[in-house]
Amino acid sequence: MPEAALRELTFAQAVREALAEEMRRDSTVCILGEDVAEAGTPFKVLSGLVEEFGTVRVIDTPISEAGFTGVGVGAAMTGMRPVIDIMFGDFLTLAMDQLVNQAAKVHYMSGGKWKVPMVLRTTLGATRRSAAQHSQSLHAWLSHVPGLKVAMPSTPYDAKGLLKSAIRDENPVIFFEDKMMYRQKGHVPAEDYTIPFGVAEVKRAGTDISLVATSSMVQVALGAARLLEKIGISAEVIDPRTTWPLDEKAIVESAKKTSKAIVIDEGYSRYGVTGEISSVISEGAFFDLEAPVKRMGAMHVPIPFSPPLEDVTVPTEQAVFDAARALCGKD
Amino acid sequence: MSQTADEPKTSAGISLEKWLRIYRRMQMIRLFEEQVNELYTRALMPGLAHLYVGEEAVAVGICEALRADDYITSTHRGHGHCLAKGARPDRMFAELLGREAGYCRGKGGSMHIADPATGNLGANAIVAGSAGIATGAAFSAKHKGQQQVAVCFFGEGALGQGVVYEVMNLAALWKLPVLYVCENNLYTEYTHFTETTAGDVLARGPAFGVPAESIDGQDVRAVHSVATRLVERARQGQGPAFLLCNTYRYSGHHVGDINREYYRSKQEEQEWKTRRDPIKLFSDWLLGEKLTDASTLGRIESEVRAEMQAAVDFAIAAPYPQPEEVEQDVYA
Repeated sequence: MPEAALRELTFAQAVREALAEEMRRDSTVCILGEDVAEAGTPFKVLSGLVEEFGTVRVIDTPISEAGFTGVGVGAAMTGMRPVIDIMFGDFLTLAMDQLVNQAAKVHYMSGGKWKVPMVLRTTLGATRRSAAQHSQSLHAWLSHVPGLKVAMPSTPYDAKGLLKSAIRDENPVIFFEDKMMYRQKGHVPAEDYTIPFGVAEVKRAGTDISLVATSSMVQVALGAARLLEKIGISAEVIDPRTTWPLDEKAIVESAKKTSKAIVIDEGYSRYGVTGEISSVISEGAFFDLEAPVKRMGAMHVPIPFSPPLEDVTVPTEQAVFDAARALCGKD
Repeated sequence: MSQTADEPKTSAGISLEKWLRIYRRMQMIRLFEEQVNELYTRALMPGLAHLYVGEEAVAVGICEALRADDYITSTHRGHGHCLAKGARPDRMFAELLGREAGYCRGKGGSMHIADPATGNLGANAIVAGSAGIATGAAFSAKHKGQQQVAVCFFGEGALGQGVVYEVMNLAALWKLPVLYVCENNLYTEYTHFTETTAGDVLARGPAFGVPAESIDGQDVRAVHSVATRLVERARQGQGPAFLLCNTYRYSGHHVGDINREYYRSKQEEQEWKTRRDPIKLFSDWLLGEKLTDASTLGRIESEVRAEMQAAVDFAIAAPYPQPEEVEQDVYA
């Protein structure tokens, strides 16, 4: 198909389309969260869904993250497929017992008898001038817990395919959307398709260095790769797409091929996703590496409000470019 | 569990067969827990257990008001709820001993017994941890229109957890068929509940528009009567209710809590056991009303005692899970 004919949607539209298609396909899918119905969320991601599916399936809740997430767990155990909306990822803290001690444990603790086919959609990402309690990227916390799956789409195409997989999954899935990416456009097929969990995608092929990037950092890595190309460095950008299950094999293969790797993720790098993935590379590709694996994540500070302060807390194209150039011995 | 139409009715409109089943269930819980304590004392049980002895009338009175497809959630002190909802003692003992034949294949233990076949969504070791789950089951029931009811059992200690109030608010807003059953056994672990609970417990329901009632949790007939009314009310779509059952835990917080005079006196325990024992109160009533005789009750007790011994023997002889099973069922 010629490129001009490709159908484009924004990231937000892709999320909405996935939800609408799954709600048409399966009457047990329902949405619960704050201002999800007529308001369509503050980000307008869900606009139009209540008009089609009504307030019986698109349900405004009180501001009770623990309460309605807990309701989601119980509903999922008893025949529904709830999609819980937690407006800002920072508010996950309020629902942590429901996710960590309840949703994640029910299947195992019951010897495999009860299941929790629930999706929890939430957001991550800084640089929106929202300060320390509306800007965090806390996906590492959930990736740490056995029993949960964590998806982190980086394109509209991936958002639709991964969300449909999440809704059909028999397990609790935490689905992180970068709120700065909602207006980003990309090709999204109109037809039904799913993207399996645990399958990384090479977003750009390269031979000199691997840039392993998640969610918001994929576009940053692709930008850095374009800058690197200009100085003769061929960077491969690989996106795990789900932090659990994690496609360790594809990441290790890429690092073995290029012999150098940088892991870029918007969560804090201490005890975070970058640490985990860099260990996977170090353990799996040690004898093929020409340099230590480098981690790039959010600075270890609460996200500040003032723009000049906030902007330095997150890895940028330039920072990734500089790090890659240094790692390739070209500085 | 529900009554059949052709059973002869006693004065309260309940058949003798059902009264005797209630008696049997209460004895099952009492004698089950006796065995648990014995297993602990003989060092045959890994970990600990929280005994339900003294509170039997609550679980039995309420679960006898439920259909088989109604849901319950339970607590760390959950053996009584599981048995009252129909769990098999042999598979429960097997779970307590960490055996493959246990309800959770040995992965849950005493505090996590769950069984879809009896509508048991699971005992929960986080205080108030199942409040959301029970309310969510009621949400499903309403959505599916199958007129099921969910019962959320919790101790008075859970009144300190915010999530209880969040879900009561949700259940009231959405008129969900859920019954919140607060078992006040007076002690939040090792602390008298008056030291941890401000205000009026019963006022917590009406604050959300949830009707609340307080009953003598040692009187199984009272519990059953009120529970039947509140469960039917929920089933007919009239929304949640809050039922405060005033009861007493005969044993310590758990089986290892032996020396407890620093938080309650032996005299207090003795008074509850001799004057307020739920099984004695109920058997006295059965005999006083001449509904049955002592030999019938004695026969039931002997049968239950033999059943519990056989169940324990089964569990002790049951094999442990294979170590390879450790990674099974992390994901569905």
